[in-house]
Amino acid sequence: MNNVFVICEMDEGKVADVSLELLTKGRTLANTLNCKLEAIVLGHKLKGVETQIFPFGADVVHIGDDPRLDPYTTLPHAAIVNGVFGELKPQIGLLGATTMGRDLGPRVSSALVSGLTADCTALEIGDHEDKKAGKVYKNLLYQIRPAFGGNIVATIINPDCRPQMATVREGVMKKEIYDPNYKGVVRLIDVNAYLKDEHLVVKVIERHMEKSRVNIKNSSIIVSGGYGMGSKENFQVLYDLAEVIGAEVGASRAAVDAGYADHDRQVGQTGITVRPKLYIACGISGQIQHTAGMEESSMVIAINNDPGAPINKIADYVITGDVMEIIPKMIKYYKKNSK
Amino acid sequence: MGLKIIVLAKQVPDTRNVGKDAMKADGTVNRAALPAIFNPEDLNALEQALRLKEKYKGTTITLLTMGPGRAADIIREGLFRGADDGYLLTDRAFAGSDTLATSYALACAIRKIKSFDLIIAGRQAIDGDTAQVGPQVAEKLNLPQVTYAEEVLKAEKGKIQIKRRLERGVETVESPLPCVITVNSSAAPCRPRAAKLLMKYKHARTMSERQTQAEDYIDMSADRPYLNIQEWSVNDVETDSKWLGLSGSPTKVKTIENVVFQAKESKVLTSSDKDIEELIKELIVNHTIG
Repeated sequence: MNNVFVICEMDEGKVADVSLELLTKGRTLANTLNCKLEAIVLGHKLKGVETQIFPFGADVVHIGDDPRLDPYTTLPHAAIVNGVFGELKPQIGLLGATTMGRDLGPRVSSALVSGLTADCTALEIGDHEDKKAGKVYKNLLYQIRPAFGGNIVATIINPDCRPQMATVREGVMKKEIYDPNYKGVVRLIDVNAYLKDEHLVVKVIERHMEKSRVNIKNSSIIVSGGYGMGSKENFQVLYDLAEVIGAEVGASRAAVDAGYADHDRQVGQTGITVRPKLYIACGISGQIQHTAGMEESSMVIAINNDPGAPINKIADYVITGDVMEIIPKMIKYYKKNSK
Repeated sequence: MGLKIIVLAKQVPDTRNVGKDAMKADGTVNRAALPAIFNPEDLNALEQALRLKEKYKGTTITLLTMGPGRAADIIREGLFRGADDGYLLTDRAFAGSDTLATSYALACAIRKIKSFDLIIAGRQAIDGDTAQVGPQVAEKLNLPQVTYAEEVLKAEKGKIQIKRRLERGVETVESPLPCVITVNSSAAPCRPRAAKLLMKYKHARTMSERQTQAEDYIDMSADRPYLNIQEWSVNDVETDSKWLGLSGSPTKVKTIENVVFQAKESKVLTSSDKDIEELIKELIVNHTIG
């Protein structure tokens, strides 16, 4: 009872990175709260999946293995999670902010009348004093996220409702093995106890999944463009530079919204969080929406024609000027000086 | 066979174009400085509804929005683009709602509208980016949900086929009607206003708006009932006050911080050839690149 739960997601037979990242965070939270960490995995052909999860410090792994749970559809998953949460009363429930987590989370939180905060960038434990009611709440989950297009950072709490639920995007939390020999217990979920015919009304007719073409998250150098690039055509110079120095191309949300780059290149709170060796920000103003996803880069070069751009404050090198003039020069001098 | 479609829409501050005066001195958001717009993905949702209306004769589109009085602009905008009517849910009792309380209020209003085959909304609103209201409305109404929709393929014989856009691919699903769909920005953009409809609905007003019009405003809504935008207060829909507004919101905002960057010590360069070449040499020497 009152443990920390992570709802895990499967990705081609493996537990998804975002779930392992949440387990790592969940273990830290459980240690602070002095409670257990439990995981739920739903899908089909999950034999042995617990061995991927235990090293991240899970004390209990609940497995629901049934052909009707793969591929993911909302209602069967929600019915089981509602049932398990209803019986085991977690104090915290975490999901990846993936298309699955952001589909399942709100459905569950509505059914259980619990609060849910989307796309958190930090999770902490802390107290809260409600002065009006003269009440002090101990050990609440602080759900921290940028809001309002990234212009403010809000700390959200759920004082009275349980579980306290949050989704977190891939890459935001760090994935770290807690103990390679950590042993927990497996509990098999009796799927038939929760699943009714009425949950099976939505059918997946066709599915085309492709391997992600873009690998921003694991790239050690990222050349990123913002709205200041001006056009999709101008983005080409970023691809050119990336090609030459062995980098991947990223983009700010404004650039993606404007159609300059595809969504899978978006860096930031509503995109991917990256920690490269070098991050070159071109024509990016640096709203927190964006910087939340790249501020842990080892080195940042900001190229911007606005000397007052917020991104300059977190940059190691600031080049003030025209991106379209500077990038070709970088390519030229890289070619000249590298062997 | 025509469909009865409800489109959920929200008026949002345009957070994509935040100027320097967007934050007040005390660190709170100056909503007045931000233009209020039709939430972009709700326009994608409206477009999907309009396409169904073209495809299936007799289809009607009803807009539903919750917000302050000025959110009637959203209804008018929808009428100009091809919606048939709209409801504005507006009351102080709804103020301070989080996504769950919002979903509850919308679900109560939908129950009052009563007759519908399909509810379509944008995936998420740009002021909160939560993507929670659509699925929560579906749960409150005990309907199936299809999120991340990119295209409604067909809606026939009580079933609907929808193409979904996921992180790494596409999926086609079939759901019975009625259901709730939320639409991505990758879906077709919304058509512009139609000149004819703009003329027709230019004077569409809510009751409150009519009462505060200038004296020379001629109220024609008696002869032209389509000029009447329905306005519902908390008393017009059946609700339990404990699920409304702040008290119906499990999540509370504990603190809000203005974003302050910890300034690093940065080296400022010009775009001159000398500066760029020196930087590149430095990056090569310390093995950052190459």
